Amino acid sequence: MNQRIENLRTQSFEAKPSISIERALLETQFYKENYGKYSLPVLRAMNFRHLCRHKTIYIGKEELIVGERGPEPKAVPTFPELTCHSADDLRILNSRAMTNYTIDEKDINTYEEEVVPYWHGRSMRDRIFSTVPAEWKAAYQAGLFTEFMEQRAPGHTALDGTIYTMGMLDFKAKIAGAIAELDYANDPLAADKHEELTAMDIACDAAIIFAERHAALAAQMAEGETDAVRKKELQTIAEVCRRIPANRPETFHEAIQMYWFVHLGTITELNGWDAMTPGHFDQHLYPFYEKELSAGTLTREAAKELISCLWIKVNNHTAPPKVGVTAKESGTYNDFTQINLGGVKANGTDATNEVSYICLEVSDELHLLQPQPSIHVSSKTPNRFLKAAAGVVRKGYGYPSLFNSDMVVTEQIRVGKSVEDAREGGTSGCIETGSFGKEAYILTGYLNIPKVLEVTLNNGIDPLSGNVVGIATGEAKNFTSFEQLYGAFKKQLEYIVDLKIRVNNYIERMYARYSPAPFLSVVIHDCIEKGRDYYNGGPRYNTNYIQCCGIGTVTDCLSALKTHVFEGDVPMTRLLDALASNFVNDEALRLKLINRTPFFGNDDDRADTIMQQVYNDLYATIDGKPNTKGTVYHLNMLSTTCHVYFGKMLGATPNGRFAHLPQSDGTSPSQGADMKGPTAVIKSLSKMDQAKSGGTLLNQRFLPSVLKTDQDLDKLCALIRTYFTLGGHHIQFNVVDTKTLKQAQSHPDEYKNLLVRVAGYSDYFVDLDKEHQEEIISRTEQELG
Amino acid sequence: MNEELVTIFSIKHYAIHDGPDIRTTVFLKGCPLSCWWCHNPEGLNHRIELIRNLEKCIGCRECVSGCEPAALSFVERKLVKDETLCTLCYSCLEICPAMVFEPTGWKTTVAEIIQEIEKDIPFFDQSGGGVTFSGGEPLMQAPQLVRLLKECGRLSIHRAVDTTLFADSKTVMEVARHAELFLVDLKLMDEDKHRLYTGVSNRMILANLAELSNSGTEIIIRIPQIPGINDDEENIKASAEFLKKLNGRISIELLPYHSSATAKYKKLNMTYPGRDIPSSSPETIKRNRSILESYGLTVLP
Repeated sequence: MNQRIENLRTQSFEAKPSISIERALLETQFYKENYGKYSLPVLRAMNFRHLCRHKTIYIGKEELIVGERGPEPKAVPTFPELTCHSADDLRILNSRAMTNYTIDEKDINTYEEEVVPYWHGRSMRDRIFSTVPAEWKAAYQAGLFTEFMEQRAPGHTALDGTIYTMGMLDFKAKIAGAIAELDYANDPLAADKHEELTAMDIACDAAIIFAERHAALAAQMAEGETDAVRKKELQTIAEVCRRIPANRPETFHEAIQMYWFVHLGTITELNGWDAMTPGHFDQHLYPFYEKELSAGTLTREAAKELISCLWIKVNNHTAPPKVGVTAKESGTYNDFTQINLGGVKANGTDATNEVSYICLEVSDELHLLQPQPSIHVSSKTPNRFLKAAAGVVRKGYGYPSLFNSDMVVTEQIRVGKSVEDAREGGTSGCIETGSFGKEAYILTGYLNIPKVLEVTLNNGIDPLSGNVVGIATGEAKNFTSFEQLYGAFKKQLEYIVDLKIRVNNYIERMYARYSPAPFLSVVIHDCIEKGRDYYNGGPRYNTNYIQCCGIGTVTDCLSALKTHVFEGDVPMTRLLDALASNFVNDEALRLKLINRTPFFGNDDDRADTIMQQVYNDLYATIDGKPNTKGTVYHLNMLSTTCHVYFGKMLGATPNGRFAHLPQSDGTSPSQGADMKGPTAVIKSLSKMDQAKSGGTLLNQRFLPSVLKTDQDLDKLCALIRTYFTLGGHHIQFNVVDTKTLKQAQSHPDEYKNLLVRVAGYSDYFVDLDKEHQEEIISRTEQELG
Repeated sequence: MNEELVTIFSIKHYAIHDGPDIRTTVFLKGCPLSCWWCHNPEGLNHRIELIRNLEKCIGCRECVSGCEPAALSFVERKLVKDETLCTLCYSCLEICPAMVFEPTGWKTTVAEIIQEIEKDIPFFDQSGGGVTFSGGEPLMQAPQLVRLLKECGRLSIHRAVDTTLFADSKTVMEVARHAELFLVDLKLMDEDKHRLYTGVSNRMILANLAELSNSGTEIIIRIPQIPGINDDEENIKASAEFLKKLNGRISIELLPYHSSATAKYKKLNMTYPGRDIPSSSPETIKRNRSILESYGLTVLP
């Protein structure tokens, strides 16, 4: 890394996340003056244009790629139209020890006076909570599920290559064409489409205005600049920002700046979950790289520097702070920009190119929190690339994560996408599969499967609160067979899923109505063609996901019930008493459950067939349920950090787990349940028909000593390839020893740089709360050799 | 000896230090040598013993009520066992929820071991790895070992045998017919020292090694680097002289030593002759590597 990159990296690393109230003030002022005068799509687009016109513009020292969402790096705006933080929320954010956001008292007071009163009762969160039914609230408060859309907009969006072939002026022409073709005589929705398309047109203008302001600032700075080299750089920035994003990019530099303006536009307009990602960035940049390299206008080093600049820009953008349950389920600064490297092209051939290697090198050298690269391995991916990735895995940053391209394509073809669209798709957020640039794949919330079993064992009651949160499915002590218990569990599951979907569908309409995203809609196919918003079925594909958590824990619990209660000598009443008392008087039973139950993750069919049964029933319950866009729900299998929150909301469980401890993460086995090493874990996971999901997540922790030599890396590559041959979707590794983690716990200041894999992403270990830290330490260490 | 049953003490998956690529290692129990530095003391004795991890005991007394010959009792809240009454019925092992009782190995069938190895075939197929039979000394259960090797051969699994070669040459050559790779421990060239530190002479070992090398079987010679015992220049040079004369496909691996087995010896109630030996120094290993290479020998990284 050169001096410029080192300086920018240090600045980004050391900047403390803060809250900027600028966006909230501008927006509140705009809404006060304009709400009711325009249709909502047009209002939202004008609000976006207002922000682009008036927000503070920042061009940092030495920067080549420019633009910040806030007034400076790591200054995070709020989105009161979705969730309006109270003054108390802001004070907590300012003072809490973990994932803290600074804000001064003066700003808090201004916020309290100017922003809070207007949005009270008008924010999406207020609208949602004022209408949800009582039974939903009961289940939600018991921790049976979470709701993603109560404070951030639906997101996880990734782009395809369109923005590298079309500028905003091209999009405007396309929009004008769509408006001209509206058929008011025969299309009852023509007027609605007109409003949406007009909004998209305004959003294109907004992005151009935003760039022009950067051009003007850069030109002005260039004039005052005495250093000739920097002067030239600023002039180039001005030129680029005058052309981009109005026109399609011509150079490598312009291509990167193009992406960055689009990225900033989408995260300024709304705060969709997981920010935004360029998707297959290596594939998108390669034509520019190749062209300029052969023309002699770009070197590999210069390309690497520009990519590094973008990486630092992404890292500057801390996630907007959450509140309430959502803060617990995902306590992190991360806004997940997962950049896909490798994989396949739309025509099915291997997509790995030189830019893939450069991006990997940049991630290795910068090892920042964001963006987080993922390596997409198809049967055609060269071993050299996989091994280069394994070399970075060994460093222990927790990334890159590894995905099976062939499976990601299969998952999408299963749900009816064209094979080309599927290949242009990939994964975003943690592990979520989608067709990049053509799909709204909305994550609706996590589902606590072990909690469903707990409620079943208590005949519909949450034993922690005593409240009725499910339906009556019979007293557990009266069940005479495992099948009877399982049948009750299935009924309970169906009830909870239905409850969640009912509310989700309602919320979905609220987003379509109150929070359209015209700028995002411009860059996603086929919103313009359909004249419909991203949140209203505009994209070519529309999917809702429910993220199922705790398959490892629930499998082990059911296996324990089957083995010891229905086929063994433990009376159900003894087990229920032990669970109710958190095993205080029955440690012998707890140990028996832990030591003498076939657990998931050991390539043991006695447990793995139960996993299959649960998985198939989750699939049967969720997959194909209608959403409000004429399409359907699918399941995916990830927990992010929600397994810690869900564990907290769960009493002692039949697998011998004490109350409130984390449950299993993603599709990984329960902490400590896998005893036979990584090959057995992989074999167990391969029994899950992952093609029916929208992604699974497997965490493995390796000691550094297992990855010492070159041969060790070859073995790791073979392990990854085997998992993918067997139908695995994703695997990721934490390579760090327990000793280091414990030292980091006691001396956080010395380990500020220690990145660890948390869920589908890496985070700074010292930024995690105690529970997450302990959970990472307890995750099975594959102690080998 | 019942030739149907194999006595083993561990099966390890994703074994990455027992031969090339991803392997599954089966550890056969019993060894005729008793090396001071042995890090698998549970593999020394062919007989299975039942050890007690008393620190795990929670005092639930379920084992006492389940022990028919009444060999177990609690004295001053501590579990005690009358060895004279114990009939080795293992009911305590089945009953104890806390896993206090731990056998040092188990008897199993060839079929069961094959079933466990077969689970890893996808990893062998991908990496080129396979099975390694280690120990203890696997040649001590040669008839069973040959049957295991034959079965693995039938399944096209790559087969390695990790051995001291302390067996009669007929046995060695019979096993060699069914294995593709031998990992041979070469400890000390001086016979007296070999006798002192391993309990047996090295003559038969060296003779077997020479004969094996003529058979064309691939051999990896593994020299543990035990500070002050065999990592001196003299022993390395003597080893090199001997190895240089061998035929066939031979490479060498130097294995660093760490005195990490203290806890295991303690649990087994055995004395650890190597407990005071320090860990290998990387410099010495580096030097020894260059000595071996100066003889034109191949040393693996």
